[in-house]
Amino acid sequence: MSGDDFSESLEGIYHIQGRDFVDAGIVSSEVKKSLQGKGISESIIRRIAVITFEAEINIISYAEQGTIQLFIEPDAVIIEANDAGPGIADIDLALQEGYSTADDSIRELGFGAGMGLCNIKKFSDIFELTSLVGQGTYLRSIVKLNG
Amino acid sequence: MNLETLADTLGLKCKCCWEKLKSTEVKGGYAGDLLSDVMANSSAGDIWVTRQVHQNIVAVASLKDLAGIVVVQGASPDKETVDRASKEGVPIMVTDMAKFEVVGRIYRLLSEG
Ligand SMILES: Nc1ncnc2c1ncn2[C@@H]1O[C@H](COP(=O)(O)OP(=O)(O)OP(=O)(O)O)[C@@H](O)[C@H]1O
Ligand SMILES: [Mg+2]
Repeated sequence: MSGDDFSESLEGIYHIQGRDFVDAGIVSSEVKKSLQGKGISESIIRRIAVITFEAEINIISYAEQGTIQLFIEPDAVIIEANDAGPGIADIDLALQEGYSTADDSIRELGFGAGMGLCNIKKFSDIFELTSLVGQGTYLRSIVKLNG
Repeated sequence: MNLETLADTLGLKCKCCWEKLKSTEVKGGYAGDLLSDVMANSSAGDIWVTRQVHQNIVAVASLKDLAGIVVVQGASPDKETVDRASKEGVPIMVTDMAKFEVVGRIYRLLSEG
């Protein structure tokens, strides 16, 4: 899927600043609003909201900065999250439920259960995660609109 | 059951969005302090019982279309939390009761219908 080009269906690009927990969730709210009124079911919108929120929080928690891009195709919604950050050395480990490197300041806010990436995977129809240590992380989630 | 009846019966104190209580239907409930857990496992229309007070709880409730948030154990939501909740239309209620008791009472209320 990496080669797929969705650029013509780009609906929005949102910038995210690392460590800014005050504005956390704002991008996800924007994405949710963009999906409303387009004939997409509420339950699918909520799935995409979870995916976007977890991706947004991970960028805020672990990266310097990043972007989330929203694409709306006739039969699918695509969320892409890109960040400049430390990257993930062991993707399989990061995807294990319960694995977390979140520090105390993140845990105090109720994050750090090691569930975020699992949630994204669970709520996606197609899920892709790649990373380069020392450079950043790229995540793509596709949610199909028809069943 | 609507949120106003639930809040009155349990003696919850409402911090914002009073005007929404009557028209908000509570379909079920979820309890938890880990936001990713609540994100994944709560359902639309749930009342959410938690000890968390910072403003990220508003994002969770609003993204998941929850009925409202009950903050337990006398914890007081941050001013930013209440401001954001008012803006996003998420009712926040507080109580001195511990989570166990609140959840038990809500569970009974909802199952009695
Ligand atoms: N964008 C990222 N950049 C660098 N590391 C990341 C990134 N996203 C996730 N990780 C790593 O993967 C781990 C697991 O992430 P995941 O989102 O599943 O759980 P968490 O963020 O630790 O806790 P939760 O999401 O439940 O609040 C993180 O603790 C972190 O080490
Ligand atoms: Mg996470």
